[in-house]
Amino acid sequence: MTSKPPASRQTPCLTWASAGKEGEKQMPKNLKQLSESPVRLTGGHRLCPGCGEPIVVRQILMATEDPVIVANATGCLEVSTTIFPYTAWNVPWLHIAFENAAAAASGLEAMYVSLKNQGKIDPDANYKFVAFAGDGGTYDIGFQSLSGAVERRHNFLYVCLNNQAYMNTGVQRSSASPLGAHTTTSPAGRVIPGKTMVQKDLTECMVAHEMPYVAQSIPGRWRDLVGKAEKAFATEGPSFINVLTPCPLGWLCDPAETVDISMLAADTCIWPLYEVENGEYKITYKPKEKKPVEEYLKRQGRFKHLFKGEDGAEIIKGIQEYTDRKWDALLKKAGEA
Amino acid sequence: MGKVMPLEGNNAIAEAMRQINPDVVAAYPITPSTEIVQTFAKFVSDGKVTTNFVAVESEHSAMSACTAAAAAGGRVMNATSANGLALMWEILYITASLRQPVVLNLVNRALSGNINIHCDHSDGMGARDSGWIQIYGENAQEGYDNCIQCVAISEREDVRLPSMNCIDGFFVSHAYEMVEVEEDAAVQEWVGPYKPVRPLLDIQNPYTVGPLDLWDYYFEHKRNQLSAYPDAKEAIIEEGKRFGKAFGREYGLMECVDLEDAEVAVVALGSTAGMCKDVVADLRSKGVKAGLLKLRVFRPFPDAEIVAALRNCKAVAVFDRAASYGASYGPLYSEVTAAMYTRGANVPCVNIIYGLGGREIRPDQIADVYSKLNDVKTTGQPADPVSYVGVRG
Repeated sequence: MTSKPPASRQTPCLTWASAGKEGEKQMPKNLKQLSESPVRLTGGHRLCPGCGEPIVVRQILMATEDPVIVANATGCLEVSTTIFPYTAWNVPWLHIAFENAAAAASGLEAMYVSLKNQGKIDPDANYKFVAFAGDGGTYDIGFQSLSGAVERRHNFLYVCLNNQAYMNTGVQRSSASPLGAHTTTSPAGRVIPGKTMVQKDLTECMVAHEMPYVAQSIPGRWRDLVGKAEKAFATEGPSFINVLTPCPLGWLCDPAETVDISMLAADTCIWPLYEVENGEYKITYKPKEKKPVEEYLKRQGRFKHLFKGEDGAEIIKGIQEYTDRKWDALLKKAGEA
Repeated sequence: MGKVMPLEGNNAIAEAMRQINPDVVAAYPITPSTEIVQTFAKFVSDGKVTTNFVAVESEHSAMSACTAAAAAGGRVMNATSANGLALMWEILYITASLRQPVVLNLVNRALSGNINIHCDHSDGMGARDSGWIQIYGENAQEGYDNCIQCVAISEREDVRLPSMNCIDGFFVSHAYEMVEVEEDAAVQEWVGPYKPVRPLLDIQNPYTVGPLDLWDYYFEHKRNQLSAYPDAKEAIIEEGKRFGKAFGREYGLMECVDLEDAEVAVVALGSTAGMCKDVVADLRSKGVKAGLLKLRVFRPFPDAEIVAALRNCKAVAVFDRAASYGASYGPLYSEVTAAMYTRGANVPCVNIIYGLGGREIRPDQIADVYSKLNDVKTTGQPADPVSYVGVRG
């Protein structure tokens, strides 16, 4: 007996060789079309008021009409949407553990590829595989699994719901927590002013994997986020979207300001909106006037201690300098400097 | 008809995997199981199977991907040893709880530390409460036969549990033996096509797998899972008989050698049981009423059957190729004696801890245990039932 190996691993996959199909760029959906999209994560889940996560998940899943299968890491989204015997999901959904959303997505996709190659699934079928994980499950404990799955070029979208700390366990610092942030394991105290290190730049780590599509976005600019998800779904191979997702509980902000604060992150360039398609950088939102970081920081209780005294002012100055340096570097990468 | 050929234990299992042709294999290399994966990878590259082989970046991801692939709706296999199994530990429980019929070929090796690549059963015993079926093979033939049976057992609708096909590292995995390999078509027909149960790839019927399960339902779900193991035991017996009918080699929960009238008996797993058979034959020729219980199925633990087989003995030695640190006895001894006590069998039992980290055991050492059992027979249960065979000092 001889047979062909799975198509995805049949030919050598050179850097970016499996990236987005030429000429297949769809027009982004308009608001009316989005409102008519199938509801894949329903209301009635138990995420907090003002949580950014369901907004992001719904926008991502609106971006394709194809069947979607979700792999979810342990975290707020998982525990709040699937409390047995209830579920808020209208799509096939799998949770195995915390650190393995990418490995779980690998397994789902591998079985799909296998069965499709054997003719057991309609050859015209076009299933999409999406992994959702928080920053703890992505930057920290799930990083190896993500790196491996991307290197293996599975055809899936990985979305990091990045709220910059372990919110599900009670706001502990992660490697996504920013400089100066108060968390329960980097508490602002008399001698230590919150987190003393800057966050890992995971988006750039994923760019370094030379994967076909990498992007950063926010829930506040739906056209940006949905458009990026559409591109990711049209990509053949792995794609990664890192979405800064405000958490009123951990950020100590007004639940009514989730969307506004995410937009301030983009307006201050603390969280630039950009994408890297086949290695080409593109800034997708450039604020007309770059706002000072204080405007973003002062809306959140996790940075409150920075606004008291000279030490705090020094840290804010450091955050501004870091933000400027990263933004300038990004402009250069995008050929805009 | 099958074909008899010289094969290492690992390659005998790889042959079985080629014939079974699973839909997905996600695996990671670790000595001494590596050869299974690399031989199978060659089958993939040569187009001898249609399997989608995923060379993952860790054993944790291997078992995660296998569990997800099985939940997606297809046949899934894997192989590992020792620390690899330990890294899978978190996911092993989840695979069993989600009732995914993954088959894992476990080439038994000592857990670190210190690091050691040779045989003992500390890896399998460490995973004994994870919910997996565990079948221990004596030789390469059994590794091959059990691999095929594990697929059929795990996938039965009345079982739907993952299983480990265990063989001893190096002693079996790297030793050439004559193995009867059945015809491809016969194996495929015996195993049958995969019948998915609520596959996630059935997009018309979406459902949620692995939800948050709190104090109000978790216990019932666990109780349901527990009720699957007695059924699994029956299924293993049925599949062992069905295998015997098809291929002439029948299997049960255990193999009893001269136990019917035995006064002194040994309980052992894996390749050591093979050596015990020679010792028993030798002792019988000298008039000693010696017997052997080779335990094949450790999970689900066949406690009633073990007690029935041993209750007329005068003294029993239970061989553990694993220590249970901080416990008084090795894991197999603890379970055998718990079964004996619970079922009212008053037979003195001693515990032999041996062979850790690949330390060899010789026939004369086993014969010596039988001779000490003769003393136990007359004096009763010794004050310290544990002894270590083959260790210096």
